[in-house]
Amino acid sequence: MGRYLRYLIPLAVFLLLAAFLWQGLKLDPRDIPSPLVNKPAPQFDLPLLADPAVHIKRDEMLGQVWLLNVWASWCVSCRQEHPVFMRLARQNIVPIYGLNYKDTREAGINWLNDFGNPYVASGFDVNGRVGLDYGVYGVPETYVIDKQGVIRYKHTGPVSDEAMMTTIVPLVKELNG
Amino acid sequence: MIPEIGQFALIVALCLAIMQGVLPIAGAGFNIQSWMGLARPLATGQFLFVVVAFGCLTYSFINNDFSVLYVASHSNSQLPLQYRIAGVWGGHEGSLLLWVAMLSLWGLAVANFSKNLTAEMVARVLGVMGLIAIGFMLFILMTSNPFDRLLPAAPDGRDLNPLLQDFGLIIHPPMLYMGYVGLSVTFSFAIAALLSGRLDVAWARWSRPWTIAAWMFLAGGIALGSWWAYYELGWGGWWFWDPVENASFMPWLVATALIHSLAVTEKRGSFKSWSILLAIIAFSLSLLGTFLVRSGVITSVHSFATDPTRGTFILGFLVVVVVSSLLLYAWRAPKVGLGGSFEMISKETMLLVNNVILTVAGAAVLLGTIYPIIIEGLSSMGYLAATNKVSVGAPFFNIVFVPLMVPLVFMMGLGPLARWKQASLPDMLVRLRWAFGTTALVAIIMPLLMGGWSWLAALGMALAGWIVSATSYNIYSRLKSGRADELLLARIKSCPTSYWGMHVAHLGVAVSIIGVTLVTQYETEKDVRMHIGDTVTISDYTFRFDGVTDVTGPNYTASRGLIRVFRGDYEIKVMHPEKRIYTVQTMPMTEADIDTNIWRDLYVSLGEPVEGGAWIVRIYHKPFVVWIWFGAIFMALGGLLAVVDRRYRVPARKEAKVKVTAEPGLAKPTVTATENS
Amino acid sequence: MKRYLIAALLCLPLLGQAKEAEYSSSDPVMHLRVMEISAELRCLVCQGQSLADSHSDFAVDMRNQIQEMMEGGMSNREVTNFLVERYGETIRYRPSLNSTTVLLWFGPGLLLVIGIGMLYFNVSRRKKQVQNQPLSADDQRRAEAMLEQKSGDKQA
Repeated sequence: MGRYLRYLIPLAVFLLLAAFLWQGLKLDPRDIPSPLVNKPAPQFDLPLLADPAVHIKRDEMLGQVWLLNVWASWCVSCRQEHPVFMRLARQNIVPIYGLNYKDTREAGINWLNDFGNPYVASGFDVNGRVGLDYGVYGVPETYVIDKQGVIRYKHTGPVSDEAMMTTIVPLVKELNG
Repeated sequence: MIPEIGQFALIVALCLAIMQGVLPIAGAGFNIQSWMGLARPLATGQFLFVVVAFGCLTYSFINNDFSVLYVASHSNSQLPLQYRIAGVWGGHEGSLLLWVAMLSLWGLAVANFSKNLTAEMVARVLGVMGLIAIGFMLFILMTSNPFDRLLPAAPDGRDLNPLLQDFGLIIHPPMLYMGYVGLSVTFSFAIAALLSGRLDVAWARWSRPWTIAAWMFLAGGIALGSWWAYYELGWGGWWFWDPVENASFMPWLVATALIHSLAVTEKRGSFKSWSILLAIIAFSLSLLGTFLVRSGVITSVHSFATDPTRGTFILGFLVVVVVSSLLLYAWRAPKVGLGGSFEMISKETMLLVNNVILTVAGAAVLLGTIYPIIIEGLSSMGYLAATNKVSVGAPFFNIVFVPLMVPLVFMMGLGPLARWKQASLPDMLVRLRWAFGTTALVAIIMPLLMGGWSWLAALGMALAGWIVSATSYNIYSRLKSGRADELLLARIKSCPTSYWGMHVAHLGVAVSIIGVTLVTQYETEKDVRMHIGDTVTISDYTFRFDGVTDVTGPNYTASRGLIRVFRGDYEIKVMHPEKRIYTVQTMPMTEADIDTNIWRDLYVSLGEPVEGGAWIVRIYHKPFVVWIWFGAIFMALGGLLAVVDRRYRVPARKEAKVKVTAEPGLAKPTVTATENS
Repeated sequence: MKRYLIAALLCLPLLGQAKEAEYSSSDPVMHLRVMEISAELRCLVCQGQSLADSHSDFAVDMRNQIQEMMEGGMSNREVTNFLVERYGETIRYRPSLNSTTVLLWFGPGLLLVIGIGMLYFNVSRRKKQVQNQPLSADDQRRAEAMLEQKSGDKQA
């Protein structure tokens, strides 16, 4: 019997491989998990977009669940997700803070004037240092951060109503207990 | 109307393929002559209808019929004619049609060049090819129809991807697909042999030239792809271990192993079941490559636009093909005889070691290519944290692949010299003493000549030197052994062409190794900011930047640099690197200008304009780079010499004689063991 | 066209007075270091290209960022670790050796050992098998046929 079994080894190896390929079909290879999820959100101390004299720090946010949305006036898909954040802001579910990433102050302010401002405040990250600490690689990106200042979720790319409704809002409610 | 004719022709071809896949195989099983006899006409008919379908799509491209969705997405009225034709295979749907066309072309070839095969064998081989064709035609018609209409028609097309608007793309896919699909012939021979239950030596002899032919095309296709990346991507790289490159490289490695294993099976009747397994694996890998490129499970610069139904279909097809053939294998292979006996030190063992190394190399490439999928799959099932996700890139493949080449190349020098059945290692090493000396000398001198010691350069030159000197010794001793009164030319002629083919292909490997080694170790790159009149000196060449002009092409506008190259005070070349913007897709493209000669390439590519009217210019001096592709030409040429060997064309008379003594189907007696090739 | 002509005229005098072009980066040695490390890092927004190969904004930004860090005195390893901490293991093109990649790194070597081992085992076993088999009627015929062919082959 053993004599015959070894001729089945190639088949077994292939079936194992096929199972992984099948699983792989359902996944997106471009999906890059952030190592920062479930880690404390990196510290930052940035001037506000609207007012360089005022600074915003990570530690000021402790004690509340909040969203950090990375955006820029030059980013085309930010325009796509913008209405979603506007709707969320109107419902007062969670405070949204913006990170204006590698932008100019004037363009950023104009953009908010043109399309509306869903943010409690936007930090002005002109050289992208804070973005780098947060592992930003494709604007827009959205982080859900809990009361202890730990990143609980990261969304890369424009947030759709669907993603907001089924993932982000439920998570915020859960974190708020 | 024309696209509908094309689609109809494809459906007819599918019907013929179904008949071809069922009747001849059933006929061979039940011994019904008339059904078996259908194989050849059906294969011919299938070819004709596929050609009609292919012709119709080409017609739509040439005539800018933008009511065809596929044409509208891959062509444009401004696109030059040659690229409109190449556009036929510039996207997923059309390239599949090209695949099917190649498959039916191979079918036609088998139908016509199989005069000395038994009727059952022809019926089974063409039948299996028909089954494969069914899969691909269904795939086209169900998920990827290139004839789908776009209503209302687009006013103009979205143009062919500028990266693909290039001579290399016109010939690269057809060549590569000839190789991929050619492996289906080898596969069909293996399955036919398993179906018949008679795994005789005749099988090896019949399938060997087809395998070599497919291998040749695959080598050519891979080399063309590498050459295309080199001059079209604009930064002078020629191999990236990209998943799509790997997808073509894996079947090539296994096919290389198969050629060597078939040599043993043909000459000595051994390793039959191993050869069969390799034939199945080689074609499975070519199907797997199709899956990887078209399903979206991996990211690659070259992958096609994907959707999940396509991935599911190909995976399903892959599973059906591989599972059924491996089951058949597991059923039949245990009953295969052992073949001739041999000692631990013998040509047989050496060829087996070659097989082990090549198979492991192929497996290593496969492992690296799909490892990210495995990790991602495990983490999606909850066995691993998501942050374990990895990327496997060039550094991994270089570290794993290069060390495997060292023993492989060593065997390449030793193997051809070894005797069948039993060889003496000490004797061979003594005979090769001059080859060892030459190798050491070359390894030391060449790096110094090239202007700087490097261990990797020494290793590469040693490998190449070893192949060349051991091969030379082999040829010398073979030619010396003839009768004294024989002229050299007569002696050369008396060796079979496959003998020369083997050596030419091996020398090709040496040539490629030289290219790869010297260009990676000694290339120079300068990334400079050039104002008009500025110069850059690399090696003994001076490049002077004489400005940029605006030019307009048929479907692009470009900034065209003018760079004069001097050697000493003497102007040897004017180079025109371009920065193009293709109008329709507004995609910027870097068109490098390259001056090639046998010793070095001068490679100039234009970067971005910077302040003060200056431009960023990248200039490379790449010694021996063209040898990489020369080597591939040598390998393909070697394959060609082996394919045209007389013994594949006129074995009928001899075999007929043997068949009288041996029972039909019994292993064909082998040529004697003393033969040196 | 005019610019071209002027340029050509200006450059008529031979190479003697030409000025050697500046490197695009102020520090060519640093540039090489940046490119060397970029070749081992994945461009996250691209489709399977390294930071060194890609012309995308992300890649250019990252290369500048890397250069800044190096100018700040960080070693190659420190730069890589810094990026891995923020972007994850996926940014490495040379996966680090750990429990999940041990099969990747040692798999090929293991396969080679198994392959050679199986080869050795098979060859020595088959030698015994072939020797122990009595000459069957088939083999007898085969041998005869072989002899016949051998004599026929002398000419070829």
